[in-house]
Amino acid sequence: MSKISRRKFITAGLAASAGLSGLTAAAGLVRRYQLIPPDSGGFWGPGETLTYGAQRLLTRHSLAREFPSSMISQVPFANEIAPLNDSFQRLQARGFLDWRVSFEGLVERPASLSLSDLKVFPVRSQITEVVCEEGWSYIAEWIGTPLVDVLNACGLLPQARYVVYFSIQPDWWESIDMADALHPQTLLTWAMNGGDLPVSFGGPLRLRVPRQLGYKSVKFITRLIATDSLKGFGKGLGSASPEGGYAWYAGI
Amino acid sequence: MGLHRRTCYASDVSDAATRQNSQPPRHATLVRVTHWITVICFLALLISGVEILISHPRFYWGEVGNSLTPPLFKIPIPASRAMVPSGYAYVLPDQNGWSRYLHFQAAWAAVLTGFVYAVWGLWTGHFRDNLFPAPGDRTWGAFLRVIATHLRLRQPEQADAHSYNVLQRAAYLMVIFVLFPFVIWTGLALSPGFNSAFPAGVNVLGGRQSARTLHFFASLFLLLFLIVHVAMVFLAGFYTRMRAMITGTATAHQEPT
Repeated sequence: MSKISRRKFITAGLAASAGLSGLTAAAGLVRRYQLIPPDSGGFWGPGETLTYGAQRLLTRHSLAREFPSSMISQVPFANEIAPLNDSFQRLQARGFLDWRVSFEGLVERPASLSLSDLKVFPVRSQITEVVCEEGWSYIAEWIGTPLVDVLNACGLLPQARYVVYFSIQPDWWESIDMADALHPQTLLTWAMNGGDLPVSFGGPLRLRVPRQLGYKSVKFITRLIATDSLKGFGKGLGSASPEGGYAWYAGI
Repeated sequence: MGLHRRTCYASDVSDAATRQNSQPPRHATLVRVTHWITVICFLALLISGVEILISHPRFYWGEVGNSLTPPLFKIPIPASRAMVPSGYAYVLPDQNGWSRYLHFQAAWAAVLTGFVYAVWGLWTGHFRDNLFPAPGDRTWGAFLRVIATHLRLRQPEQADAHSYNVLQRAAYLMVIFVLFPFVIWTGLALSPGFNSAFPAGVNVLGGRQSARTLHFFASLFLLLFLIVHVAMVFLAGFYTRMRAMITGTATAHQEPT
């Protein structure tokens, strides 16, 4: 048996206890700030968890950059969308007068609101950039109702951890954590650049999440659910994106 | 020419006896391990970066840019998205999902590895002793002499097997302290979450699309370094150089030609 010097023994002991307390502190931080994303399992889990955790420590309350109106893109770029389904087309034929969006789950007073109901809330506008994961971007003025105002009006319960939101189009749904759901720039958007929100940009209703990539800003919103767990939704990975091979957290 | 090397194995006192007549390793264990982790990460970042680029092979300057705005330049390749005017009639399969996961996972691995290397390098004097030009070499004359040697395609001096010449040192310092930090910075400037916390990070680069273009050029310079680096390893003696970076063995054997 080789000798272990006292110095080595003490050094190793100190290093081990420092490592252990470091791990304990990290675990406490993770629990307190909920730094684990729903798609943290699997091969890509470590990278995703590091990104989400690091960003949530840095960006919990930070604001997306806003731009002067002179920087609004003259011709914004509308990405391709799947052919619009029958339900959408029927609502479109009546000028979206019957469009309703429901707020369900962990709220005291679930609600189903029309677009004019939404417009009763204080109107907010922001000039922010849409950033696509492909690499392109444009700036527009987005006008609508902050999600936080509607959630508060519905009596959001404190145990809610995520808001899941669905498009009228099939298999198009996402979710965000409360840091984004309660964020002042997360906007139920019904107008753009001074006019109605065009269908090609998600009209009549799109949830803009400007601190994340464009694919989190789902178009044609009809349903939002506040929840404490994402297990019951799809494959439990948080949204349709991870099921299609894309990261749930798109703040990168 | 003095060899500025310092053994990095100060703690391995017991090992020293068994290695009495062998030389200290050409590269310290930490250098070898971080070198190869960085190689794996860089290749992963390169492949996934190219895949991500294929979804929109157009570059812009300023804050915004898309298929409806004039590009700064285009890469003449087909795209993996139908909405991009690539000039080709067909669309490549979309590989962005796994490419993005891989890109960010490899970026984390590279950054954490680089952090360990940088702390170690400062702590042990690795940068000062092995990478900062040796005292006699801090002149343009010394620099030009090495360039001239290279241009005449001379075999490297024997000393080069044990230490870096001034041109190598300059190249490595450039990669470690300029290109890597810059590629990390321009990459972070593409993160909408990070931008919200540190808007200056993207604003001083001239906007989001400028950051993307600069990220591309930084990667291109790193690729150029990789090509030259590998070519020089072959020219200087693939076997000895690879052995030095894998096992640390320093003794220069003659290459079987």
